[in-house]
Amino acid sequence: MTVIVSQLFTGVSIGAVLLLIALGLSLTFGQMGVINMAHGEFIMAGAYTVYVLQKVITGAGWSLLIALPIAFAVAGAMGVLLEFLLIRRLYARPLDTLLVTWGVSLILQQAARDIFGAPNVQTRAPDALTGNIRITDDLVLSNNRLFILALAALAVVALTVVLRFTSLGRRIRAVVQNRDLAAVSGIPTGRVDRLTFFIGSGLAGVAGVALTLLGPIGPTMGTNVIIDAFLVVVAGGIGHLKGSVIVAFALGTLQSLIEYSTTVSVAKVLVFVAIVAFLQWRPQGLFTLRTRSMA
Amino acid sequence: MTSTVERPVSAPPAASRRRFVSKAPLRAGAGLAAAAVLLFAVAPVALSDFRLSLLAKYLCFAMVAVGIGLAWGRGGLLTLGQGVFFGLGGYAMAMHMKLADAGPGQMPDFMLLYGQLDALPWWWAPFRSPYFALPATVLLPMLVAFLLGSLVFRRRVRGAYFAILSQALAAALAIFLIGQQGTTGGTNGLTDFQGFFGYDLDDPVNQRMVYFIVAGSLLALLLIARQLIKSRYGELLVAVRDSEERVRFLGYNPANVKLVAYVVAAGMAGLAGALFVPAVGIINPALIGIVPSIEFVIGVAVGGRATLLGPVIGAVAVAWARTTLSEEFPAAWTYLQGLLFVLVVAFLPGGLASVYRLLKERRHGRA
Repeated sequence: MTVIVSQLFTGVSIGAVLLLIALGLSLTFGQMGVINMAHGEFIMAGAYTVYVLQKVITGAGWSLLIALPIAFAVAGAMGVLLEFLLIRRLYARPLDTLLVTWGVSLILQQAARDIFGAPNVQTRAPDALTGNIRITDDLVLSNNRLFILALAALAVVALTVVLRFTSLGRRIRAVVQNRDLAAVSGIPTGRVDRLTFFIGSGLAGVAGVALTLLGPIGPTMGTNVIIDAFLVVVAGGIGHLKGSVIVAFALGTLQSLIEYSTTVSVAKVLVFVAIVAFLQWRPQGLFTLRTRSMA
Repeated sequence: MTSTVERPVSAPPAASRRRFVSKAPLRAGAGLAAAAVLLFAVAPVALSDFRLSLLAKYLCFAMVAVGIGLAWGRGGLLTLGQGVFFGLGGYAMAMHMKLADAGPGQMPDFMLLYGQLDALPWWWAPFRSPYFALPATVLLPMLVAFLLGSLVFRRRVRGAYFAILSQALAAALAIFLIGQQGTTGGTNGLTDFQGFFGYDLDDPVNQRMVYFIVAGSLLALLLIARQLIKSRYGELLVAVRDSEERVRFLGYNPANVKLVAYVVAAGMAGLAGALFVPAVGIINPALIGIVPSIEFVIGVAVGGRATLLGPVIGAVAVAWARTTLSEEFPAAWTYLQGLLFVLVVAFLPGGLASVYRLLKERRHGRA
């Protein structure tokens, strides 16, 4: 029994990481219909922000807390730059945007290699997050995973509040639902796009900070985690946060349970099969916006 | 091909038919002939044995590119997972060559080395027979593409969704192969081949023979692609790319049209992988994962995605640039590759093939 519970906890914490990564991705995908392949490198930028900050600020706890807003700003700024320079010029060509952002991700990876060196680097985790919470003798929850879970929950709540209760959120929803109608209603869609990209990319930076707690950071860390996040977006559907939330946790749990009964490599294949099977049932993802466009 | 696609439609007059398809592939007959002369007459004379075997490797990539040109350039299916089919073909061939090297009833050397197995796994056994292994190099990738494609296209999963799924398949297969060290060679893959159907692969004469097989196969694939592009099916494919709904309203099933292109492209990639193994002497997960899969696409984009010969030229040029540059300046090559993706796809979507037309239009003041 405790084995199952602890596997479930592992699954939920995998899901929390996935969710942090996928939140920003689904925001930008829903808004502009483009898959940003450089999202993984924005995660990397967030992680290296922690690394750089720890050179300046020695206290691991403070540096982590300060890193959160700074990583958000750094990754967000990179996202806005990408949107401004490339993505907005490619509106009618979503597939080409995917390839272009892949090129950007190659350049950013190599830049990280040149600046920080090719080998992975370590960051220090605060003492408060290195311990465990012992529920029973068999069931041990690690603090850093609990912290990531809390961070993901905070991100979901914050994003929900922004989308639902602010004027920016109202504008974002309007553009997602019907760009043309939003434009003729006087919403500056270009500016809304850039703000959306800032928030979405900034969330990638926050995810990068979280990933420093789980392992070493390196130039290719983005590519390793991004594919699963893409799958979350594809299976979750666009335009609704709850789709991403449900699918992220379902996928994390599924992966952890399959990994427990078989191996990591078999789990990857089975998760892929599960997603394809799921899309037979819901080809547009779990939740999707009702529109009159033909699908 | 299904009856939906072949349903007879009153044939439009030839003149109006031409309008739907660019004339470039029709003019490619001369280009094909030139390519044949270059590959069979010029290259074997002009290049050293070492350069020729490098060219054979590039031509294998070019074979994958022909398929991507068909699926992506003509059909709009951005497949980021051609490495899967390249790998399936390659592993099928490599498994046969390993078993042939080992001799009848014996296990491949690497299995004995890792020592995890007492007997040959059941799914290795059929590859001992060349009559199974050779067709499998093409049919196995086509089967996988058919299964995935028929599930995905039927439910109208398209665009970026399809691209992501095809990429995830590449990631899954690469991770799977790495995990099964004992039966697939893991990260090392399959290598150290001695013979190729009885011919010693160390002998330069036999390496030349492999080159000619590769070059001949590439030409054959180009001819197949040319016939497909020129046919009514080719026009339908372009129509599906440009306006899927209209094609559906005309009574065709776009899912089947896409499926044919995807399966043919997979078969081409499988053949390429199968010939890559004797030409280069290795197949491993690093050749089939996410990164190599998307790198197949860049050559196609550089050359001109919707043309017949553009993908071939682009693939060879990019592979050649990689070999020349990445040895001396690995960092510079990665930057250049990233820039290629950004600049070509964003600002020259027609690839090199469109440069001439753009220049001409500019001269006539129509730019």
